[in-house]
Amino acid sequence: MGVLIEQFPLYVSGFLGTLRLCVFAAIGSLVLGTVIAACRVSPVPPLRALGSAWVTVFRNTPLAVVLFAVAFGLPELGVNGSYFWFGVAGLTFYTSAFVCEAVRSGINSVPPGQAEAARAVGLTFTQSLSLVILPQAFRTVVPPLGSVIIAMIKNSAIAGAFGIGGDLFAVGSTLTSAQGYAAAATLFGVLLGYLVLTIPAGIGLARLEKKLAVAR
Amino acid sequence: MRLNRLAKVAVAAAAVVVAATACGGGGSSQLGGGATSAPPVAEGASFPEGTTMAKLAQAGTLRLGTKFDQPLFGLKGLDGNPQGFDVEIAKIVAAKLGIPADKITYTETPSAVREEVIEQDRVDMVVATYTINDKRKERISFAGPYYVAGQDLMVAADNSAITGPDTLRAANAKVCSVTGSTPSEKIKEYVDPANIVLFDVYSKCADALRTGQVQAVTTDNVILTGLVENSNGAFKLVNNKFTEEPYGIGIKKGDVAFCQFIDQTLKEAEADGTYAAAWNNTLSKVSPDVPPLPAAGACT
Repeated sequence: MGVLIEQFPLYVSGFLGTLRLCVFAAIGSLVLGTVIAACRVSPVPPLRALGSAWVTVFRNTPLAVVLFAVAFGLPELGVNGSYFWFGVAGLTFYTSAFVCEAVRSGINSVPPGQAEAARAVGLTFTQSLSLVILPQAFRTVVPPLGSVIIAMIKNSAIAGAFGIGGDLFAVGSTLTSAQGYAAAATLFGVLLGYLVLTIPAGIGLARLEKKLAVAR
Repeated sequence: MRLNRLAKVAVAAAAVVVAATACGGGGSSQLGGGATSAPPVAEGASFPEGTTMAKLAQAGTLRLGTKFDQPLFGLKGLDGNPQGFDVEIAKIVAAKLGIPADKITYTETPSAVREEVIEQDRVDMVVATYTINDKRKERISFAGPYYVAGQDLMVAADNSAITGPDTLRAANAKVCSVTGSTPSEKIKEYVDPANIVLFDVYSKCADALRTGQVQAVTTDNVILTGLVENSNGAFKLVNNKFTEEPYGIGIKKGDVAFCQFIDQTLKEAEADGTYAAAWNNTLSKVSPDVPPLPAAGACT
């Protein structure tokens, strides 16, 4: 267990690397996922088709393949950028498909009378969605969205292998193979790092769920 | 009818599983030797009672840990057996123990697990581009070295700005290597951390260099030479070695007798030409001259 103390600064830098990746990807996928969900329930057929296609492609493709396509496909097309942003993009595209489906299930849980009432008082589609339906929908989707985001934090370990380096999981491989520390103790440290991210995320979401709960 | 169809599906699935198991064979394989040379197997070799050599000679098999994805050193081919210089070195040691090449059992040992498999006694020795260093010696012992590589840089063929590690900073170059490798640690002395790009295998680094995502790839020269060879003239080696990487044979910690036996075997192999033959079968493709066998380190 000496590795945890001797290499603490390296663990911290890996933790921060993973945190940075996850914060950007979480914001990105929540925003993008909601937009795609809005497309899927919109009255405009091309938008609905786009939303369905997006979900079908990214929900059914393994994350490693998505990341591979972004990190090696984009440079092939002449788009050069930092691997960090490629990783954020890949993780965002993949997670947004799951966010979209969670949000859409929330939208479907809002009684149709709400949408009809919104239309009856003269709100446009965008207004009724953003002012009436989504605020109610988000309450029901906090638990599934929480699971999606926690899964995303764990998935970030895969993104780390695509040129980003310096994330928690990469720190683990550096310590075991380049510096010869025992794998079990080193990976225990990596596990602790991920738990520090995921457990508070879970607790925070449970609090949020209680706070938003309304008696129907 | 429905049950009938289900039964058919189940039978088909079972057949697929059986076929897959028959072909796959998992991480270890014990098929016939490769197309490469077979050093003469020692007949009736005898060793002092209780030593690792006696135990192995008795068992008649050698459990070897090597890489399955390292061109020229240990690369698993279509016949299921790894081939390369590391494998040839292991065959020389095995032959001295009276074990023919087809009695070697291969286990894949990527960089991260090499100490573990030795400590857990899952292999008898590890020959896997395994750089001898003090940190590793705390957990295992090394025989050899059998080859001294050195860290170098690979750049695009038309790049004249990068001539060595000291020029990387001035060129503001991004450098690619493999997560957890010794070269990836060493290069930190020459480049800012933000400019180091790490992948899990070198082939991805080569791709990143080709598409201009990075300006240089760094690792041991022999590995780079293999990549240059496969690039159809797109890459070149800077040819300015800036480290010494002695490759050793990893064995159980404190097994001095086995270590001395391997060192002696390597020395004899150099004298009788089997070392040169191993080189000519593998690494001569990228480096025609057979290097002298490096002086053995102390056995502890």
